[in-house]
Amino acid sequence: MSELLTLDGVHTHIGRYHILHGVDFGVAEGQTTMLLGRNGAGKTTTLRTIMGLWPASAGQITLAGQRIEQRATPDIATLGVGYVPESMAVFSDLTVKENLILAARDGPLDDTRLEWIFGFFPALKRFWLSRAGSLSGGQKQMLSIARAIVEPRKLLLIDEPTKGLAPAIIVALIECFAEIKRRGATILLVEQNFHVAQQIGDAVLVMDNGRIVHRGDMAALASDVALQERLLGLSLEAHQ
Amino acid sequence: MMILSGDPPRSRALSILLIVIIAALAVAPFVFPGAKAMNVATKICIFAALVASYDLLLGYTGSVSFAHTMFYGIGSYAIAIALYSMGPTWTAVATGLAIGLPLAALLALCIGLFSLRVEAIFFAMITLAVASAFLVLASQLSWLTGGEDGRSFQLPELLRPGTILIPKDWFGVTINGRTLTYYIIFVACAAMILALLRVVNSPFGRVLQAVRENRFRAEALGYRTVFHLTYANCLAALVAASAGALNALWLRYAGPDTSLSFSIMLDILLMVVIGGMGTMYGAIIGAAIFILAQNYLQALMSVASNAAADAGLPLLPGLLHPDRWLLWLGLLFIASVYFFPTGIVGRLRAGARQST
Amino acid sequence: MTELAASDALPKPKRDLLPVLLPVILALAMAPLIGSGSSWVTLTVASLAMGMMIFIMASGLTLVFGLMDVLNFGHGAFIAVGAYIATLVLLPLAAWVQADSLWLNLAVLAPAALAAMAVSGALGLVVERVLILPVYGQHLKQILMTTGGLIVAEQALYALWGPQIIPLPLPTSLRGSFIIGDVAISKYRLLAMLVGLAVFLSIQLVLNRTKIGLLIRAGVENREMVEALGYRIRRLFLGVFMVGSGLAGLGGIMWALYREQVHASMGNDLTVLVFIVVIIGGLGSIGGCFIGALLVAMVANYGGFLVPKLALVSNILLMVAILMWRPRGLYAVTSR
Repeated sequence: MSELLTLDGVHTHIGRYHILHGVDFGVAEGQTTMLLGRNGAGKTTTLRTIMGLWPASAGQITLAGQRIEQRATPDIATLGVGYVPESMAVFSDLTVKENLILAARDGPLDDTRLEWIFGFFPALKRFWLSRAGSLSGGQKQMLSIARAIVEPRKLLLIDEPTKGLAPAIIVALIECFAEIKRRGATILLVEQNFHVAQQIGDAVLVMDNGRIVHRGDMAALASDVALQERLLGLSLEAHQ
Repeated sequence: MMILSGDPPRSRALSILLIVIIAALAVAPFVFPGAKAMNVATKICIFAALVASYDLLLGYTGSVSFAHTMFYGIGSYAIAIALYSMGPTWTAVATGLAIGLPLAALLALCIGLFSLRVEAIFFAMITLAVASAFLVLASQLSWLTGGEDGRSFQLPELLRPGTILIPKDWFGVTINGRTLTYYIIFVACAAMILALLRVVNSPFGRVLQAVRENRFRAEALGYRTVFHLTYANCLAALVAASAGALNALWLRYAGPDTSLSFSIMLDILLMVVIGGMGTMYGAIIGAAIFILAQNYLQALMSVASNAAADAGLPLLPGLLHPDRWLLWLGLLFIASVYFFPTGIVGRLRAGARQST
Repeated sequence: MTELAASDALPKPKRDLLPVLLPVILALAMAPLIGSGSSWVTLTVASLAMGMMIFIMASGLTLVFGLMDVLNFGHGAFIAVGAYIATLVLLPLAAWVQADSLWLNLAVLAPAALAAMAVSGALGLVVERVLILPVYGQHLKQILMTTGGLIVAEQALYALWGPQIIPLPLPTSLRGSFIIGDVAISKYRLLAMLVGLAVFLSIQLVLNRTKIGLLIRAGVENREMVEALGYRIRRLFLGVFMVGSGLAGLGGIMWALYREQVHASMGNDLTVLVFIVVIIGGLGSIGGCFIGALLVAMVANYGGFLVPKLALVSNILLMVAILMWRPRGLYAVTSR
């Protein structure tokens, strides 16, 4: 399986702080790769660096054969990358409809695609013309994800989507991700919740102190409790 | 080095420049005894201190305030009103200072505390608005401030020009009350600048710089930035007010255009940026250059303008007209901000580092 | 926060209408203090007209700050430039200005206004590229650079046009007032109100009905996310900046006609008022800017009538009062 996204010796500095210390990994096309790690390990920074929001100070990032580490964020996005930030970043002053119109940059909204999205997130249809700021936390997360999938994208970068959400909504998200994966999308997903990670991840990367400390199959990690404890400081049961 | 609080010029060229300026100012009454020259020298002293106090805010704390002339004006008017109402006595001078300085500090306290509720750019805009309001207030309260005409007054006898202290035949020039006034101003301004140098090189000063770099982080490190910012504001206000008081003593007058106008604020900005923000020495260099240009460059421009007019060139006579000297300084200012934000002092220091 | 059941209706979003009521309350509160009904009407109309003009000048500034996080301390220069450019059209065509025909007057005012806006807009392009882009993101330097720009612009105006005040007479058909009962409503003020309202409605239309407006509103909230969605929002910035400076130019010609004179320092004098309006309204909010402009104009007019000496000070007090109530202005839009 070919790699859609490759990071090679990527360093990132934020001001005087050296956050990423030579990150190397590849994300296989059509697979869902989980990026795990403790708080402050550098996961969000990695996603932001790929997205060009923080420039890499060294190293290479390749997307579908093109070098993107020096490119501007809008250009990276138009190469086919969808980004769901940790903060969700919905535009509160705009309606749900307007948020999605903005996200659909290739053309008008596709009704079939919208119906598909409404299948996972019925709330978005109900509150179509409501200000995004009046949605609940879970609904905002749905909107944020909907924005990233309203048009087909080559790569989806998703940062901690299940944080603070009710279990029922997490189920909907998992279904959504499974469906997207079935349609052939490549996903790089940062997640703290190992239970969720285990359900949807094919491959797994573990980060600590700005470096990748483990690469492998999700299945292998899921069956090795001792390894989980060592890498993530937890056991499966404790993080249900 | 102790007198410079461990913050020497760090550049041969800069040291020489400073020594020349300070020496020239020290012997001004003897070497440049004319009225205009003395006015220039005095103005340089006073503005060096005033700009140094502004550098404390802008260069070390990183906050842009457009209200600095307000404190300057308070100092001027306090002295003027006191000497006008109470007569030309030393008691009046003391009263003026006793009212003006605390008032300035109090106002700085209020502004400082208010600024902590709003963000930085808000703060700049608000200080602009407050300063404008103050200017209007000073013009309106004419029963107190003399309105547009300002307040003239007499100096205590010792400081008057008529008071001969040392007659002419001793040094070739008369040492009179005016000379005494000049040296009081010179010494006071030098003392204030040295004091500011001491402050910025103290642990307190280091925290100010930390606040300037990243206020949030400074807070996270446990420094009560509220206290530091407010204290810096008050200190700067006190020095500015003192400079204002000295200015009033020299001019024997305080008025809106000499103490409060917005153009003074712009002048201060130009001086601190061209001289070098965050260096203290920049204030001295900036003040000297600016005031010399203000007084003597215009003669040069007049010559150039006439030459251009004679040569029949379009636009140029207007642009080189002596009244437009601020245009060129404004361009220099913009260039400074962009190309050498550390000003002349920074440039000279960078040059020194390269050559070592 | 309790999760809504799927069947619950979404609570109606609370529309924040309190600030909208402020000008109304202020106007009504002034009525008894002013006494005579006709004076009140005159002052209110004057406030509305002045408010509109200030709104036009300030709208560009607030949008630029909200969207680009840029504060142009030299904004007043666009106002002054607009006024001076207008003189280039109006003074040579004095015959049309003096003619007692509305159409002829408008026929000369329209190109004057367009010229003012075009030149100010073009100047905006220069300022954005030369003074603002190089120090983008550094607030301190931005303030300094644009203040420097203000100095240079004012001096350049002096150099080009001279320091004297240039009189700019109102076109004849716009002089005088409509008399209704014992109330006189100045014709020019009426025109100013119409133009201001037109500008306000146009801006609202663009912001709410067009994709560019969508981008601007989204960008004001979260610039990064708009870029992450694939839009080169920096290009939009320049456009917005130019429109903002063009609007300031329009405000300039309107103000110059209001005062019937043009002078290089007019930019400075108005800068403080414009800043107060923008602060009161909330940086980035057009609606807040509109209300702020009305409030400031009202305070200036009613205040000027009741307590003439405290005109500018009363605006400062207004600003402080509003900031105490809402520290980020009436409508805080940006996420900063």
